[in-house]
Amino acid sequence: MKLPEQVTRLGVVIAVIAAIVLLLRFVILPESFFSAKPHQAAAVVREMAKPIHHAGVAACRECHEEQYQEKYGGAHRDIACENCHGPAAAHAADENAPKPPKPREREFCLNCHAFDSSRPNGFPQVDPQQHNPRKKCLTCHEAHDPVPPKVPRDCAGCHGRIARTKALSTHALIECTACHTVDERHFTDPRGALPTKPESREICGRCHTADATDPQASESVVDMATHGGIYVCWECHYAHLPEGSK
Amino acid sequence: MNKRDFLKDAILFFPAAATLQALASDASATADATATAGATPNDYDATRHWYGMGVDINKCIGCNRCVEACKAENDVPEEPFFFRTWIERYRIHENGETTVECISSKPRPPEQTEQAEPVDPTVVRTFFVPKLCNQCAHPPCVQVCPVGATFQTEDGVVLVNSQTCIGCRYCIQACPYGARYLNPRTRTADKCTFCYHRITEGLLPACVEVCPTEARIFGDLKGQADRLVRFHRLNKINVLKEDLNTEPKVLYANMDGEVR
Amino acid sequence: MSAIPESLLEQLGQQLQQVQGFIYPNEVETQWAILIVVYPYITGIVAGAFILASMVKVFNVVEVQPIYRLALLTALAFMLVAGMPLQLHLGHPERAYEIFMTPQPTSAMAMFGFVYLWYLLGILLIEIWFEYRAQMILMAREAKGLMKGVYGALSLFSRDLSPEALAFDKKASKFVTIIGIPSAFLLHGYVGFIFGSVKANPWWGSVLMPIVFLMSAIVSGIAMVMFIYILLSLLRNEKLDMVCLDKIGLFLLVAIIVDFSLEALDYIHRLYQSEESIGILTELVSAKLFTSLVVVQLLLGMLLPLVILVLVRTVRFNEELRKLLYFTSSLLILLGIFSMRWNVVIGGQLYSKSFRGLMAYKMEITGIESLAMALFLLALPFIFLAVLLWLLPPRWMERHAAQIPEEAYPAANLVGRT
Repeated sequence: MKLPEQVTRLGVVIAVIAAIVLLLRFVILPESFFSAKPHQAAAVVREMAKPIHHAGVAACRECHEEQYQEKYGGAHRDIACENCHGPAAAHAADENAPKPPKPREREFCLNCHAFDSSRPNGFPQVDPQQHNPRKKCLTCHEAHDPVPPKVPRDCAGCHGRIARTKALSTHALIECTACHTVDERHFTDPRGALPTKPESREICGRCHTADATDPQASESVVDMATHGGIYVCWECHYAHLPEGSK
Repeated sequence: MNKRDFLKDAILFFPAAATLQALASDASATADATATAGATPNDYDATRHWYGMGVDINKCIGCNRCVEACKAENDVPEEPFFFRTWIERYRIHENGETTVECISSKPRPPEQTEQAEPVDPTVVRTFFVPKLCNQCAHPPCVQVCPVGATFQTEDGVVLVNSQTCIGCRYCIQACPYGARYLNPRTRTADKCTFCYHRITEGLLPACVEVCPTEARIFGDLKGQADRLVRFHRLNKINVLKEDLNTEPKVLYANMDGEVR
Repeated sequence: MSAIPESLLEQLGQQLQQVQGFIYPNEVETQWAILIVVYPYITGIVAGAFILASMVKVFNVVEVQPIYRLALLTALAFMLVAGMPLQLHLGHPERAYEIFMTPQPTSAMAMFGFVYLWYLLGILLIEIWFEYRAQMILMAREAKGLMKGVYGALSLFSRDLSPEALAFDKKASKFVTIIGIPSAFLLHGYVGFIFGSVKANPWWGSVLMPIVFLMSAIVSGIAMVMFIYILLSLLRNEKLDMVCLDKIGLFLLVAIIVDFSLEALDYIHRLYQSEESIGILTELVSAKLFTSLVVVQLLLGMLLPLVILVLVRTVRFNEELRKLLYFTSSLLILLGIFSMRWNVVIGGQLYSKSFRGLMAYKMEITGIESLAMALFLLALPFIFLAVLLWLLPPRWMERHAAQIPEEAYPAANLVGRT
C-alpha cells in the first residue's frame, strides 16, 4: 500500500527527532549522564568530606586529661565536654583558634536542672525560685564534679513530680520515709542503693484502720481483713494522690 | 526536501557522530574513574555497616542540647522552621486526652527558667520524645524522588545529593515523620544524615555525642560488640508508624502508645 | 548557597503563629503552594477538553462537531502552559532536565514527565496536524510573505489534497484520538496518582484519588470548552449552535453526576471506616476548609450547576436564557474545580501528620509562588488560545469554501464544519 504523502513527511520528522534523541542517548552522550549512580557516589564523597565541628570527648581528653578525670567519677561523667562548652573541633585542631566558652550563667545549668514535670523520675532538679535564687550555680557546685555542698535531705530534689503531686494530696504532710525506707547511700549512689517500696497492706493499715494509733491516722478507714480481696492497696490507690485529681 | 538530500545528510551524520562519541567517551571515562575511585576515602567499606539509632524515652530530659548541637554541626538554619532533629513533650491526662508540644521550636523564655513549673495532677504520664529522620530501610522518600537525588547508602543512611536535587519537594511530602525540610539556602531537600561525615570517621553523630543522659545511642546493627545491638536485645523495641511499613532504623525503647 | 529570603522567614513566622495544636516543626512550611494548585487544574482542563473532542471522532456524536477544533486548540493552549507552574515552583528550575536524564522509575513524578511529553507530541500535536493539514495547505496558498512560509512549514510542505489523502487524514485523526483517550486518562490520572500514592498523607493517599482527579478533570475540561464557546460567540457577536451547546450541557451533566458520586463515595467511605485520621480530617474540613469545600466546591461548584443543568433539560427555556444558564454553570464549575484542587493540595498540608494539629497557608500576593503568578498562569492559556485561533481559525474552511476550486478540493470532503 502506498503511504500517503503526508504520512511520509510526518514520519520523516518523527524519525529525525527520534534519531537525534536515540543518538544522543545511546551514542553521543556518556552513559554516566543517564544514571543517578555516579552522582550518588559523588554525593557520598562530598558528604563524607563535610567539616566536623564537634571534636568528641576523646579529642578533648588528649589535652584535658585532668578535667576528664575530674568528671570521670562524678555525676556528670557521661556528659560530653561539648555539651556545655559547645563545638570545639576548631579548638582541638588549632590551639590558637578561639577557645570554647565556659558557661557560667545560672540559666545554663537551669536548662537541664530546673524542675520540669516531664523529666524522668530520679533526675536531680531544683526549684529555681527556692534554690538559692539568683545565685550562680558554680558558687557551690563544681561543674566537672557537681557534688552538692550538702547532701540533700529532701526527696523532692530528684523526685520533683512525685513530691509536687503529693503536696496537693491528703498525704501532703506524710514524709516519704514513712512508707519508703531510705539508706544513707541512696543520696550518693542513687541506683546502687534503692529505697524500699511498701510490700504489705500493714503499712497503709498504720493509718487506715479503725484502731490506728499513728498520730497521722486517717478518718477514712477500712477493714484490712476484707477490703480489696487479695490485692495490695496500691494496686488500686495511687499513694501519692489517693483522692485523685478532682 | 527530496530523498537524495535526506540520504546525504543522514550519511554525513554518522562520521560526525562517531567523532563526537570518541571525544565524549574519553571524557566520561575520566568522570567514571573519579566517581568510583573517590567513593571510598580512608578505605571505608560501607557494606560492612548497617547504622541505626536507639532512643530510650525514659532517659530524655528535654534539654534540647541535641537540637543545638545538630544545628551547629550541620549548618542548619537557626530559625525555628527547619529541624533535622527535635524534641516533643507529651502529656497524657487521666481522661485519655494527650497534649503534645514541640519544645524545640518554642524557645524557652529566659524568665521561665527562674519559675518552677506547677504540676498538673490530671497528667498521669508525661515524657519527652526525641525525633529525627528514621533512616528507613524501606524509605518512601527515596521511592518518590523523580531524579534519584535522594538515595540510600550501602550502610543504611539516606542522603540527599544537593547538587542534583531539583527542589520539587515530593520527598518532603512522602516522609510520614516530618523529618525533611527544604533548606532555604540551597533550595534543596535536607534532613538528618546521621552525621555521615562523622560516623564514617568513627565518631558519633553530634546529637548522640552531646546527649547528657544517653537517651540516644548510635550503633551498627551489623556490629558484633555494639551498643545498639545490646539495646536491641535488652529492650522492647518500638518504631514510629509501623503500619506504614517504612522499616525505620531509629529504635525506641519505652515508647508510649500515644507517641506519633 | 544564598541568604534566606526575608519574605520566607516572615511568611513562616506568621504561619507558625497560626498553628493550632501540635505539628512536627518542619510542617510549618507549606511545601506545595498555589502553583501546585494551578498545575493540576490546567492539566485537568487539557484532558477534559480532549475527551470532549474525542466524543466527536470516536463516538460519532455529530452534534458536538462545531466545537471539535475549538476543544483541540483549547487543549493545546492549556497544555503549553501546564509545565510552567511546575518549572516555577522548583527550587532549582535549571536542573529540571534531570527528570528526563536520570528519571527514577519508582517515582510517579518522573514518569509523568514522559507521559506529558507523549501526550503533547504524540497525541495532541499529531491530532491537530491531521485535522488542520488541508486547511494549512490552503492557507499557505492564499497567504503572502512570512505567513506563507509559516503555514507551509506547519503543514510540513505537504501538497496532497486528493480525496484519498483527505480521507486518510480523517482516519488518522480518528486513530490518534482512540489512542488519545487512554493517554488523556493517563495524563491526568497520573497527576491523581502522584497524590494518591502518598501513604504518609491520608487526605491524599487513597485509591480513589486518581479516579476522582480524572473525573473532575473531565468536568473542568468540558466546562471550559463550553465557557470559551459562549464567550467567543459573545465577543464575535456570532450565532451559537444550540444543539451543540445542549449536547455539551448533557455531557457536562453526566460528568458532574459521576464526579459528585465518586467524591461522595470517598467521603462516605472515610467516615464509615473511621480510621485514626478521621478526627483530624473532620476538624480540617470544619475549621480550615469549610468555605472552600462545602460552600465553593460542593454547593456552588457542583450542586448548583447540577440543578441548573437539570432544569435546562427539563424546563423549556428560550435560547437566550439557556445560554445564560450554561454560561453561569460553566463558570461556577470552573471555580468549583479550582477550589477542589485547592482543597486537595493545600488542604492536605493544613493538618499535621501527627494527627494532632492544624496549620495555615498564607499565600503571598507577589513573587514567584504567589497569587499574582497564579492569575497570570491562569490567564496565559487564553492568550495562547487567542493566538492559536488566529493562526488556525476553526471555521476557515467553511468561510472560504466558495473560493476553493471545486475540482481541487471537492466540497464533499471538507473536514470539520467548524
